[in-house]
Amino acid sequence: MATVDITGVRKSFGGREVLAQLDLAMQDGELICLLGPSGCGKTTLLRIIAGFIAPDSGQVTVAGKDVTKLSASQRRMGMVFQSYSLFPNMSALDNVRFGPRVAGRPKAEQMKRAGELLELVGLSAHAQKFPHQLSGGQQQRVALARALAVQPQVLLLDEPLSALDAKVRVQLRDEIRRIQRETGVTTVLVTHDQEEALSISDRVAVMNGGRLLQVASPSAIYRTPADGFVARFIGSGAVFAGVAEGDAVRMGKLSLPAAAASDHHGRPVELFVRPEHVRLEAMNGHVPPGFLGADVRETTFLGSLTRVRVALHDAEGDAGLWADLPSEHAEAFKPGSRVVAKWDQNAVRVMPQA
Amino acid sequence: MNRLGIGGWSILVLAALFFGVPLVMTFAFSLWEGGDSYGFSAYQVLWHSPRLFEAASLSAELAVATVAAIIVLLVPAMIFMNLYAPRLRPLFEFIANLPFVVPAIALVAGLSALITGPDWLVETPFYLVIPYFFLALPYAFRSIDVGLKSIDLQTLTEAGLSLGAGMGQIVTLVVLPSLRSAIVGLTLLTLAVAFGEFTFANVLLFHTYAVYIDELGEHEVTGAAALSVASFLATWLAMLGVMYAGRSRTAK
Repeated sequence: MATVDITGVRKSFGGREVLAQLDLAMQDGELICLLGPSGCGKTTLLRIIAGFIAPDSGQVTVAGKDVTKLSASQRRMGMVFQSYSLFPNMSALDNVRFGPRVAGRPKAEQMKRAGELLELVGLSAHAQKFPHQLSGGQQQRVALARALAVQPQVLLLDEPLSALDAKVRVQLRDEIRRIQRETGVTTVLVTHDQEEALSISDRVAVMNGGRLLQVASPSAIYRTPADGFVARFIGSGAVFAGVAEGDAVRMGKLSLPAAAASDHHGRPVELFVRPEHVRLEAMNGHVPPGFLGADVRETTFLGSLTRVRVALHDAEGDAGLWADLPSEHAEAFKPGSRVVAKWDQNAVRVMPQA
Repeated sequence: MNRLGIGGWSILVLAALFFGVPLVMTFAFSLWEGGDSYGFSAYQVLWHSPRLFEAASLSAELAVATVAAIIVLLVPAMIFMNLYAPRLRPLFEFIANLPFVVPAIALVAGLSALITGPDWLVETPFYLVIPYFFLALPYAFRSIDVGLKSIDLQTLTEAGLSLGAGMGQIVTLVVLPSLRSAIVGLTLLTLAVAFGEFTFANVLLFHTYAVYIDELGEHEVTGAAALSVASFLATWLAMLGVMYAGRSRTAK
């Protein structure tokens, strides 16, 4: 178990900058997710931590020791890959004891450790099976046990769930979290799945274009995104660009209420409204004060909730707004019907335009 | 019948005749003992011929040495190329295909001019391992290439490294065992090359299996026919081995 400090790490491939002067400090026993779209540099950062790629500049420090120049095999970091990567010629048990075996540990110790870890991941009954005899979820559990067998200082998970089907993914996600808490190993997980990142992490590091945009707890990332990209990338919502005017954002003829707009008075801003903050009511001939007139465009049934997309009247273009309503209440809102919309103006986020 | 159609079956029968008739005739000829007499005397003579077993065991030793050279030199080179220098693939492909386009007689002339020592190598039949290595290269390259493509070499290597293993341990404990069927395939193909190669051995005056068949044909024609049939059977058994190894891999 150890702290991990990334300091001033840069990396370019063929003249293209993939990581730009990146700093990140991870606490002992923390699970941190590197989250971002494809090509944002998250996997490159993970591979630099693992020792598979050398940074152009900067330092990787583990438990206060500079490991930047150490090879991957000297770093004591367990890694789980997207493609399972179990050794096909070995049983589950032999896969798990591979680390202690190459480290020259006595065979009895190898077997004991591998047995304990297979039990931890719930696969004791499958110890003698070969990778091709195991399901994807089971293979990934074995890979996790194998990575933990070397008693790593840091556990690195490179999109470990993305090759699995939805149900197994959720199951294994919870299991990874349970095992991480039980072992207390500092863990870095790379994913492009925001739900996965928000549900499993102590902190989420959102990346884009080789930069860290925000590092915070999942709830802070969701509630107070640092900028428009983070707001758009995490969860869903409507973004309106306009100019802050008192307690509202002016967008053409529309004045969109937002308490936080007063902090940016006179400046171009983006207003971000999440669907759960929007209330819709049927229009009874007029638009009451504090409401905005809108037309329902479409509805999407999501189970207990229904997402309703409306277009605001007097908005430039087809400015859309989403509202998540309990499904039993949403039936009244048919596409084409006229409604009035309102949102909690203290909950919406106002950010300077980039 | 319906799936192949009359045209398909006709081609199949013609092909069977084309390949089967010479073999059956060779077998019939190998049984001829002069006049109207037929029997297995040619096979009995072969069975009791010490020179045959000397030649066959020499070819077997050369085949084993060639396979060892391929495993020691070519397999690590291809692992290195796949992991660290994938841009060199066209060069590897070019070199691997060279034996197909350079005539054997040109190769033997070039080889004997280029490699003139040391004596412990050039004066023994094991000198032939050098040309056999190159003759087997196209088949060995393909076998290993298919084997390496069937495993995720990059990720397996990185998994091994992250678990603290060195490259030597990864190659011997993970990569080579995962290439088992590819190595079986290249072994059988190299065996076929070593047993069938005539030009190098004959020019360099080594008495290998192919040279023995040629010599036998000059004064004992039915014996040569019997040996050819036996060689066919051995080759088929070898091919069955390749198919079995390939099927095991597919099943996984």
